[in-house]
Amino acid sequence: MSTHAVEQSSAGAATGAATEGATPSETPARTGLLIIGASQSGVQLAVSLRALGFEEHITLLGDEDHRPYQRPALSKEFLQGTVESESLIFRSNEYWAEHNVDLVKGEYIVRIDKEADGSGVAHSSSGKQFPFKRLALTVGARARKLEIEGGDLDGVLYLRNADDALALKARVGDAQDVVVIGGGFIGLEAASSLQKMGKNVTVLEFGPRLVGRAVGEETAEYFLQAHRSRGLDIRLSTSAKRFTADGAAGDGRRAVAGVELQDGTVLPAQIVLIGIGVIPNTQLAEQLGLAVDNGIVVDRFALASDGTTVAIGDCANMPNPVPGSAPGERIRLESVNNAIEHAKVAAYSLTGRREEYAGIPWFWSNQADLKLQIAGLCNGYDQTVLRRDPERGKFSVLYYRQGQVIAADCVNAPLDFMAVKNALAKGQNVPAAAAADPATPLKTITTDS
Amino acid sequence: MPTVHFTDAEGAVRDVQGNAGDSVMETAVRNGVPGIVAECGGSLSCATCHVFVREDCLSQLPPMEDMEDEMLYGTAVDREDNSRLSCQLRLSDDIELFVTTPETQV
Ligand SMILES: Cc1cc2nc3c(=O)[nH]c(=O)nc-3n(C[C@H](O)[C@H](O)[C@H](O)COP(=O)(O)OP(=O)(O)OC[C@H]3O[C@@H](n4cnc5c(N)ncnc54)[C@H](O)[C@@H]3O)c2cc1C
Ligand code: FES
Repeated sequence: MSTHAVEQSSAGAATGAATEGATPSETPARTGLLIIGASQSGVQLAVSLRALGFEEHITLLGDEDHRPYQRPALSKEFLQGTVESESLIFRSNEYWAEHNVDLVKGEYIVRIDKEADGSGVAHSSSGKQFPFKRLALTVGARARKLEIEGGDLDGVLYLRNADDALALKARVGDAQDVVVIGGGFIGLEAASSLQKMGKNVTVLEFGPRLVGRAVGEETAEYFLQAHRSRGLDIRLSTSAKRFTADGAAGDGRRAVAGVELQDGTVLPAQIVLIGIGVIPNTQLAEQLGLAVDNGIVVDRFALASDGTTVAIGDCANMPNPVPGSAPGERIRLESVNNAIEHAKVAAYSLTGRREEYAGIPWFWSNQADLKLQIAGLCNGYDQTVLRRDPERGKFSVLYYRQGQVIAADCVNAPLDFMAVKNALAKGQNVPAAAAADPATPLKTITTDS
Repeated sequence: MPTVHFTDAEGAVRDVQGNAGDSVMETAVRNGVPGIVAECGGSLSCATCHVFVREDCLSQLPPMEDMEDEMLYGTAVDREDNSRLSCQLRLSDDIELFVTTPETQV
């Protein structure tokens, strides 16, 4: 670490001497790796780098005031109060100290000055400077806002981070009626959690089916029926026109009281939770002049267009990592598994051991007693095979492209999920004809393609 | 204080003090015990928190539910009779557990 500091500052001094009026002492030594964003992917990057023997100093910096924590439980166990916040913390303070990782909380980076060699200085909104020799952007995504009348009323909430979850939890006690806007994973998870907590919950989905982006028709329909039979009021092809407030305006912000639909119906709501997707945080990448297109564009080694900055996780747009996917196809994934796998690729890349990301993407979502596990990506399928075992509440859909299995959505069917995930990882197939019988374990019919 | 002795596939041992109520997985992850990945954070979705429990400790553990049983068929290293998912193992006050982590979890 110190040798690099010397190299850097002597180079700076040399140019400083040649440049009129330059004061090299103002430029802090540029050493180590600065990871901006202290969440799933940033934490994994630091951990993987240390596991690979990376010896330089690491600064893991984030704008939140909490120690890095896992997000998935925020809409599930944490909201329902079945896990404590301490359980969500990724690593103990001792771990970071032992591994020479400086954890910086509560600093929001607003600007970065960077040289062609990859080194530079990041500036935070509080005026602090964070010099680095190498930069990693693990800045994730933010909740997409719903810009309609009443969107700024008290009680109109989003769920992306721990503070959001705490704000939501703090109000749940007083609320009777909740309207959830958005029938995607976060919306449905939160809706089932809130329903379990005794709330009267309505879900509004703009599209004609649930979870439009991530699962196929059959799975969407399964979830619709399953949630309705458990008492959730789900309204498809419905959107909110505006949020209404209580007549009486207090001193502070007015509180939301209802949601008015396009047809004029007003649903009572003391809480409105909006889950209509996320927008990748690309502001810093743009300011740095990096290529951005629905996320920070990276190559298969997680390098951004400058060839030195790494960008991973929810904020990155990467070549589709699934073996056999169409050449040139790009994708941005929002999942824990991707944040972890992508961080590993970046860790190899930063230690000079370039390895391609060839993991099988997978995802889970727990909603009420429904455990959804998805293996692979279903884009471009031309055939599906359904496996239903209504008696045991199990349901799976396998997706095929030209006879080759490419993905599966499995509900309460871990054996199916595991079998497909393993088959994909080994480049094997689960022949469609034999897969339809739910009594046949998929593991027993898997073939070497 | 509950203690978990983690032995890795090469035989190296790490003793970690835990808190009653925490799971074996949480205790491992927070302290960076290699060999436990725990992608899903304990929600019984990933099977990357697989451990082999020393036979004489098995009786101190909660019985296995169906879902854990099924997930154990998908572990990276094949399950054995003493396999458990460590996120399902809660520590009680004076428990002393001996577990071995598999060679790989993914
Ligand atoms: C409620 C909820 C439930 C979820 N459930 C699941 C699930 O069941 N399964 C699953 O696979 N995935 C789930 N996810 C998705 C998963 O949590 C994300 O894919 C994952 O967190 C992405 O990690 P990341 O590190 O890329 O980004 P993020 O977790 O978004 O982290 C980015 C961090 O960077 C910080 N940051 C951004 N800009 C700056 C800046 N300029 N300066 C300093 N800090 C900055 C942010 O505040 C944030 O802390 C869920 C997400 C949420 C919100
Ligand atoms: S942590 Fe995922 S199954 Fe135990």
